Amino acid sequence: MAFLDRTARAFLLTEVISGFVLTLKYMFKPKVTVNYPFEKGPLSPRFRGEHALRRYPNGEERCIACKLCEAICPALAITIEAEPRADGSRRTTRYDIDMTKCIYCGYCQESCPVDAIVEGPNFEFSTETREELMYDKQKLLANGDRWEAEIAANLAAEAPYR
Amino acid sequence: MTLMEFFTTHWLGQLIVIVAQCLAITVPLLVAVAYMTYVDRKVWAAIQLRRGPNVVGPFGLLQPFADGLKLVLKETIVPSGANKVLFVLAPMITFATALIAWAVVPFDDGWVLADVNVGILYLFAISSLGVYGIIIAGWASNSKYAFLGALRSAAQMVSYEVSIGFVLVTVLLCAGSLNLSDIVKAQAGGFWNWYWLPLLPMFVVFFISALAETNRTPFDLPMSEAELVAGFHTEYSAMAFGLFFLGEYANMILLSGMGAVLFLGGWYSPLPFAPFTWVPGLVWFALKIAVLLFVFSWTKGTVPRYRYDQLMRLGWKIFLPFSLLWLVLTAAAIQFLG
Repeated sequence: MAFLDRTARAFLLTEVISGFVLTLKYMFKPKVTVNYPFEKGPLSPRFRGEHALRRYPNGEERCIACKLCEAICPALAITIEAEPRADGSRRTTRYDIDMTKCIYCGYCQESCPVDAIVEGPNFEFSTETREELMYDKQKLLANGDRWEAEIAANLAAEAPYR
Repeated sequence: MTLMEFFTTHWLGQLIVIVAQCLAITVPLLVAVAYMTYVDRKVWAAIQLRRGPNVVGPFGLLQPFADGLKLVLKETIVPSGANKVLFVLAPMITFATALIAWAVVPFDDGWVLADVNVGILYLFAISSLGVYGIIIAGWASNSKYAFLGALRSAAQMVSYEVSIGFVLVTVLLCAGSLNLSDIVKAQAGGFWNWYWLPLLPMFVVFFISALAETNRTPFDLPMSEAELVAGFHTEYSAMAFGLFFLGEYANMILLSGMGAVLFLGGWYSPLPFAPFTWVPGLVWFALKIAVLLFVFSWTKGTVPRYRYDQLMRLGWKIFLPFSLLWLVLTAAAIQFLG
C-alpha cells in the first residue's frame, strides 16, 4: 500500500503543485526590497561610515595630534605629522587616512580623547579613481563640517553607553 | 501588369512578399524575446519578494534594450585554443534554428508562412537541430566546462525528445493530421474541446519535456552555474552570448507556441460565443503563449535543479514508458470508442 500511495502521489504531482501554489502566494505578498537610491534603510547611531575630523563650535579643530589613532590603527591607514603652532598649541600639520586600507573597525574614534576623529553615517563615498580615496586633513575637516549635525546627534545618543 | 499581379506572379514581387512576411514574424518575435527576459526577471523577483528591474524607463520597461545595447557594444572574445569558425558558427545555428521553426506555426486561421502538411514533423526536426549549436559551442570552445555542459545538453535533449515525440504522436492520432492548422481546427470550440483536457497527462509530460528541451530549471544542468560556470556558453561574450540567450528564449516561446497549438486550441477563443469571438484569433494565440511562458518563469522561481541521474531516470524510466502507455491507450480509445 505504501508503494501505491507513494506512486499515486508522485504521478498526481501533489508536492510539486503545492510548491507552485506557495510561490504563487508569495508573488502577491508585499515586496521587502528597500528601493535603495530613492529610499534608504535606517542606520544605527553606532554606524561606522566615512571618517571626519570635527571642530569645536568656535571653529578650532579638535585634534591635538596625540597620535593615539595612528598607533591603534590595525591597518596602518592613518599617517599624522605634527608640530607646535605659532600660538604654542599642538596641532597636526598632516592627517592622512588611506581609505583603501581602512577596515572601518572604529578603533580610531574609540581611542580619540577629544572626539576629533569619528566615523560618520555616510557610506556613499565611492570614487572613480583610487587616488581620490587617499584622504588628507583638508578633506577630513570638510567631511566634519558637512556631517557635524548628524555626528553630534549620534554621539549624544551614544553618550550614556560610553 | 497591376500591382496585385506583380506581387502574386512576378518572382521579385513574390520575394518581396515573403521577406515582408518573414519580417512580420521575426520582428515581433524578437521584441517578445526581449520582453520575455524582462518578464522572467520580474516574475522571479516577485516570487522572491524583490522588485526586479525598475530603474531603466517606467517600471524598468527599457531594461531589455539597455541589456541588448550593452551586449552589442562589448567585445566578442574568441579563446586562443578555440576552433574559430565553429566557435562563431555555433551561436548562429542556435539562433537560426530557434527562428526558422516559426515558419509553420499558425497564428490565426490561414495566417501561416508555410502551410506544409508535415508541419509537426518539421517542428520536431528543427527543435532537434537546435542541439547542434550547443554541441558545437561546447566542443569549439576548447574548455572543460563548455564541453561538459554540451555533453549534458546533448544527452538531455535526446532523452526528452523521445517522450516529446510520443506526445506529438498522441496528438496527431487525435487530430488525424500532421498539418498544424488542421490540428488546431480539430480542436474547434470552447476550452473543453481542446486537447489539454482529454490528453491532460500528455500535456504535463509535454510541458516538463519542453522545460528539458529549452534547458530551463529544473533541467538547466547544461548551464548549471554552481558546477560548470555557465555550461556550454562559458567562453562566449558580447553578442555571441547574446545570440545564445535570444535563441534560448526564442525556443521557449516556440515550445509555448507548440503547446498552444497542440493542446490549447491555437487561435480559438476559450468560450465560443459573442464577446470572446470578437477578439482576433492572433490575440488569443498570443495570450495562450503568454500563459505558458508565465508558467516557464514560475517554474524557474519554484523548483530547484535536478541531479543528473534524476534527470535521466525521469526521462527514460518514467516519461518514456508512461507516454508510450498513454499512446497505446489513446489509440485504443480512438479505435474502439471514437
